[in-house]
Amino acid sequence: MNRNIAISFGLHTLLVIVTALSLPFLSKKPIDLPPIVSMELIQITDKTNIPFAPKAKKIIEKVKEKEKKLVSEQAPPKEVKKLKPDSVPLPDEKLEKIKKIKKDKQNPEKKDDEIKQASEFEQDSLFDPNSIAALIDKSKEETAETTKKTDKVTQDQDKNLDNTGLSLNEEDALKAQIFGCWSIPLGLPYNEDLLVRIKLQLKPDGTIIRSEILDHARMNKPGQGFYKVLAESALRAIKLCQPLRVPTTGYENWKDIQLNFDAREMLEG
Amino acid sequence: MLLRLLLLLILIPIKSYALIEVDITRGNLNPLPVAVSPLSIDKKSNEGFKKNIKIENLGSEISKVVENNLRQSGLFNPLDKNAFLQKPDIANLKPRFEDWNLIKAQALITGKVSFTDEKLRVEFRLWDVLAGKEMMALAFTTVPSNWRRVGHIITDKVYERLTGEKGYFDTRIIYVSEEGPKTKRIKKLAIMDQDGFNNKFLTLGNELVLTPRFSPTNQMVTYLSYFKNLPRVYLLDIETGLQEVVGDFPGMTFAPRFSPDGNKIIMSFAKDGNSDIYTMDLENRIVERVTDHPSIDTSPSYSPDGKYICFNSDRSGYQQIYVMKSNGKNVKRISFGKGLYGTPVWSPRGDLIAFTKLHKGKFYIGVMRTDGTGERLLTENYYQEAPSWSPNGRVLIFYRETKTNSKGEGFSAKLWSIDLTGYNEKQVKTVTDASDPSWSSLLSN
Repeated sequence: MNRNIAISFGLHTLLVIVTALSLPFLSKKPIDLPPIVSMELIQITDKTNIPFAPKAKKIIEKVKEKEKKLVSEQAPPKEVKKLKPDSVPLPDEKLEKIKKIKKDKQNPEKKDDEIKQASEFEQDSLFDPNSIAALIDKSKEETAETTKKTDKVTQDQDKNLDNTGLSLNEEDALKAQIFGCWSIPLGLPYNEDLLVRIKLQLKPDGTIIRSEILDHARMNKPGQGFYKVLAESALRAIKLCQPLRVPTTGYENWKDIQLNFDAREMLEG
Repeated sequence: MLLRLLLLLILIPIKSYALIEVDITRGNLNPLPVAVSPLSIDKKSNEGFKKNIKIENLGSEISKVVENNLRQSGLFNPLDKNAFLQKPDIANLKPRFEDWNLIKAQALITGKVSFTDEKLRVEFRLWDVLAGKEMMALAFTTVPSNWRRVGHIITDKVYERLTGEKGYFDTRIIYVSEEGPKTKRIKKLAIMDQDGFNNKFLTLGNELVLTPRFSPTNQMVTYLSYFKNLPRVYLLDIETGLQEVVGDFPGMTFAPRFSPDGNKIIMSFAKDGNSDIYTMDLENRIVERVTDHPSIDTSPSYSPDGKYICFNSDRSGYQQIYVMKSNGKNVKRISFGKGLYGTPVWSPRGDLIAFTKLHKGKFYIGVMRTDGTGERLLTENYYQEAPSWSPNGRVLIFYRETKTNSKGEGFSAKLWSIDLTGYNEKQVKTVTDASDPSWSSLLSN
């Protein structure tokens, strides 16, 4: 009897211990952290020359010191990193750098051509929104590089956290870009089922590797002239817009993306 | 074994990503940038045309017709030819798309013109610059004097390929030409191409002519003319110039209009002091009464399928728009806004009815759905009326009169066109003052 009670007690204790140890672990969920966005803070006085109040100055200096510490912990300056003997790049990193150099060598030739053509035929008076878009994209590339670097330095950060899709801001940015490029064929009827779905395969910089109209067979069917016109206009919009404004992180999530072009709202308006 | 598999499945981390979908529900309504390259022409052909129709560089002239049409539509922005990098001889080559991309062209028209066997042969190609592929290639052969029509047909084909709806450029407009002071107007029947060229007068101006209307199926016109102060409905064949009287009708007769199959004429006339709607079969000339109401029913217009008729009536106390079955049954009022509604015209697409509205001393041209919902006023002015649809139902043409001063001077009547969206309002050039326009169907179907 006593033996049975002892066994029961022992097993129950074991169960309690196992539960206490395992359940909280199981209930842990990875926290969805937003991607790190590096920002440069500009001193307002540089622009405005408004004198600080003495108290405020002290507080700002304290904050500055704190920020310096934080920055030095997370992302040391480039020059210091180069001088450090410890920071010899790993073989993989070396390869990446060589690839980058190769790309850099190829790009200037292309850029030279582009600049020549632009200078010949584009006047100063002409406003070119694409150049602004290119600048934005360039700045995104730069931020992407810095975030990668910080990832490498701060190894304690959780790298297993991945986004599951585009954030609202990212989606809005992409939409806004395509809205500007898509010239809607105004002759289309608003009351027909005209939805063009295009699947894109993208490079990390937003350029298109492959575009595929999902209902391609419909394009060549008789009586589907409107669908064909809409599909062609959508393809033109994508080509005109590339490189697309894609997020700087989470390439695996959005390397394949589907755009659904629906003009009904505009045509009905 | 099963246990091992289960363990493997648990241990191997599986990452799967759902395909991201982004809905693009808006775009821009900016005109599409199009490059219309002058059509190339060889020396021999150039000499031939110069001799035959006294036009030098016909290729360039045809491309100007296309360019003008595209610009007038408001949906396209033909780019400045001075910016073109490739010469017209690209008709024989594949275009260098990067050159056309550079000047922001999204579509490109190339082609060539030749003079063979005393005939004009025009080849043209439409290219998608961004996709770098040919969208369409066609050739036409006709008599050289038809060169403007070739330009219109090319525009129709390009328009249809890029917008999805049929064009309206190879069409004509019949209208009432007006000359002289307001109190002594000489009114003639006149016809011109939709771009204002090739104007011709069809009557001498001895008798008053009113409300000419094209047949939706062929180049027949019906109009009203007063002969010895009696209204007569005429039929005129534009191709042959033959004219016949359909009938003399008692009292005031208004606005004869064809049925969609062109076999009947629908109109209103006053009998026993009451205006009602009647139809006349053009084959047997039998007149049938459609409405029978003590109110004034006028301006009937068939739906494109011929099943319904819209008209205006004051049976509710004010002039409003009504829709009924073609046999006169199921009369239903569809306009309920403030003001008076008149001259309803059913769109060739069947989805809208255009009308004239008078409210607080101003005239409006507007459209509404066939059930009366979605009323949209497109344009407002001192005096304007008589909208007529382009054959594709995208553009309305109407006429507008200006105020006279205290001396009775300054009066003018001009034709105007406006896009269905309310944008792209433009005056249509005519050699004289003009009113009561009617748009023909496409000459080349």
